[in-house]
Amino acid sequence: MSLRSELGRVRGLGSAREGAGHWWTQRMTAVALVPLVIWLVVQLAVHAGADHAAVVAWLRDPLTAIPMVLLIAATFWHGGLGLQVVIEDYVHTRWLRVASIALTKFAAASLAVIGAFSVLKIAFSG
Amino acid sequence: MVRGEPPRRIFMSFIQARVMSTGSRPLSPHLQVYKPQITSVLSILHRITGVALTAGTLLLVWWLAAAAAGPGPFATVQSVMGSWIGLLLLLGWSWALFYHLCNGIRHLFWDSGRGFDMPTVTASGWAVVAASLLLTAATWIAGCAAAGGMS
Repeated sequence: MSLRSELGRVRGLGSAREGAGHWWTQRMTAVALVPLVIWLVVQLAVHAGADHAAVVAWLRDPLTAIPMVLLIAATFWHGGLGLQVVIEDYVHTRWLRVASIALTKFAAASLAVIGAFSVLKIAFSG
Repeated sequence: MVRGEPPRRIFMSFIQARVMSTGSRPLSPHLQVYKPQITSVLSILHRITGVALTAGTLLLVWWLAAAAAGPGPFATVQSVMGSWIGLLLLLGWSWALFYHLCNGIRHLFWDSGRGFDMPTVTASGWAVVAASLLLTAATWIAGCAAAGGMS
């Protein structure tokens, strides 16, 4: 027996007006991050103690730059969704909750662009 | 007994009315009286490591931006990360990353509707703890070997 009302099924979006969108995106970014994070940790361990020239040469390789930009995008998307849930759980004052979530999303987007821009700047310079 | 009933019933309904009204409802869970269990501790650790890792992304972005800026800024980041406090933060973040990764895979497994019986939940929980510690140790051994071989 389904506990969902007919109206709820028709609208299908719930009180947040987005249905399972947040939940599903969090899972999809999580799945994407599994191989990307394993790749990053292996690469960082291999390059431990590397000097600037070696790190730049590594980041210039398309096989580094492309997964790195993908990792940055998935990380800040996933992290932004996660911090949103934490804020929604613990910040009960409405204006403060909305402001905190907005600030978190702006910070996540800014950091993602700074990271991706840095990688691409290295990748495209010579 | 019989004489004691009516006032008690009135008292209980008064309490019930107070409890059911907004503002004084019982809150759950009361962390002070709950015995820490593998399930609850790992659950909150997933959230704590998640928040810590978002802070750790600042370091990744700083490192990438410094690499793009040039050898000078890059050397600054490397010296901060090579200090004992930097290495301690990196050690903490690497464990947090492996814990969140392993427990995240456990969550994805749960999302498929499997593994919810208590023996499996306990076993997968301890497996996540063991895997996160082993992977952290393996990474640092590999990292130290790579850094040693390079210098």
